[in-house]
Amino acid sequence: MAQFLQQMVNGLSIGSVYALMAVGYSLVYSVMNFSNFAHGGVIMFGAYFGFYAITMLKLPFPAAFALAFIGTAVLAVIIERIAYKPLRERKAPFLYFIISAMGASIFLENIIIATIGPTFRTYPDVFGRTSIALGPVAIGRLDLIMFAVSAVCLTGLVLFVEKTKMGRAIQASAYNMKAAALMGVNTDRVVMIVFALGGMLAGIAGVFFGMKYTVYPQIGNITTKSFVAAVFGGLGSLPGAVLGSVLLGIIETLVAGYLSSQFRDLIAFVILIGVLIFRPTGIMGKTTEDKA
Amino acid sequence: MSSYLEGIIMLSGINLIAVLGLSLLTGFAGLFSFGHAGFMAIGAYAAAFCTTTLHLPFLVGIAVGAAMAAGSSWLIGRATLKLKGDYFCIATLGFGEAIRLILDNFQALGGARGWPGIPPATTIWNILILDVIGVILLANIVRSRHGRNMIAVREEELAAQVAGINTFKYKMMALIISAAYAGVAGGLLAHYMTFIQPKMFSMTKSTELTIIVIFGGLGSISGSVLGAFVLTFLPELLRAVDKWRLVVYGLAVIGIMIGRPRGLMGGFELTPSSMRKYVADIKSARSAKAAQKAEDATLGKDGL
Repeated sequence: MAQFLQQMVNGLSIGSVYALMAVGYSLVYSVMNFSNFAHGGVIMFGAYFGFYAITMLKLPFPAAFALAFIGTAVLAVIIERIAYKPLRERKAPFLYFIISAMGASIFLENIIIATIGPTFRTYPDVFGRTSIALGPVAIGRLDLIMFAVSAVCLTGLVLFVEKTKMGRAIQASAYNMKAAALMGVNTDRVVMIVFALGGMLAGIAGVFFGMKYTVYPQIGNITTKSFVAAVFGGLGSLPGAVLGSVLLGIIETLVAGYLSSQFRDLIAFVILIGVLIFRPTGIMGKTTEDKA
Repeated sequence: MSSYLEGIIMLSGINLIAVLGLSLLTGFAGLFSFGHAGFMAIGAYAAAFCTTTLHLPFLVGIAVGAAMAAGSSWLIGRATLKLKGDYFCIATLGFGEAIRLILDNFQALGGARGWPGIPPATTIWNILILDVIGVILLANIVRSRHGRNMIAVREEELAAQVAGINTFKYKMMALIISAAYAGVAGGLLAHYMTFIQPKMFSMTKSTELTIIVIFGGLGSISGSVLGAFVLTFLPELLRAVDKWRLVVYGLAVIGIMIGRPRGLMGGFELTPSSMRKYVADIKSARSAKAAQKAEDATLGKDGL
């Protein structure tokens, strides 16, 4: 039982970071209706920003953390302006957005390989390796902080989307961009904010992944997990993305703990194909129908 | 011919077969796949199993590889082709990665370490012959009623459906044919490299194939042919600036999408008749110019 609880705690902490990625991805999907495959590159940049802020600039963790997520927010907006905005203005089909996103993703990964190099880098130990005992369960400090920060960020995002004027504009644009624009919503602004928010969450996730594992140019590949989580929860739905991510995190750690760690990555894709066959709209997704 | 040049031509030819299949799926049926490396992997491992373990002839291996890839695409298509938009795309991504991870953990086929000792049965000639067959077959499919229906589905699915086209059937047909092409390419690759490893069939490979199709131009077979050769040769020419190669590549992809979304040859085919038309256009333009000039001259004379 103790072992089961331990696995649940680990799964919850990794799932909460998946949620940070999946929410950013889902947010962009809900407004723009395409899969932003450059999201992984932004996450990777977040990991590097945080790493160099701590090791080279010798910043304390909170400052380095802030620098990382502000940096990725700016980066995500720049990518949008260069790679997507011209397509948006031309009303190009979603295929072109995906390909452009793929180009951006290749660019981001390889500019790091070309300049910094493909080596693995390890974050210095910021929080200490000691864990907090909670009855039979030991919680690592990093895991606890990851979970807490993710929870705060996700709550903040929900409040932003539900309570503020800009949040309502995002909801309206997600529902129907053209109609929202006719009602006086500055949709260009909405798209920018959505990318900035997604980029910010991606930066936070990047720093945490860098700290939990290591920093390397391909770390962005971990976003395929967030695509799976977003589909699992229901594409385009924010609560769905969170639920899907947390469930995915827990299932993965349980599989790694009880079956074999080799099946850990495989299970995500087994879930994906299972969901697509039996319930393609995911746990909380709305059915997609052609609007003709 | 130097063996280095021959090697690049062979790789281009193998890539071309996979690209032709993907060209049908993406360029003509309008579906976007991130999992074609998965179909190539199935083709490669099935073909290698036939020739290496069962000692069957090379062509039988290739055919079995193609059939296995086509069969698995049917399963994937049945589950996901009814869904709209990005779902199919994400499903193929998941499929491709799942195939790679299964092969990684499947020790009987070498696991992550790979499978050596496959007979080197692929030659430049059987690649080129298969390339030619592939192009002719695809050109005939595209020009047939089925091909036109696929294009209709790409252009406006709802309208195609209203016009009585079974959209699901034609999307499925495009998917199965393209997977079979990928399977053939995988089989050829296995017998060219004589060693296969799951890592060779990662998402990067799928992306590479898609980029070739886009670069060559959606809906153009000759564009795909050109794209496969140019984009397999280009990295070799850029060896000197190896590190920056993919940086430029990424930027070029964005640049094409923004600046020339139709690719090199989008919608245009390089065939004898289109060439004749092109030459005739130039000629008529030239004679029109000459006539204009003569007219100007006479007018000028009249003016004087």
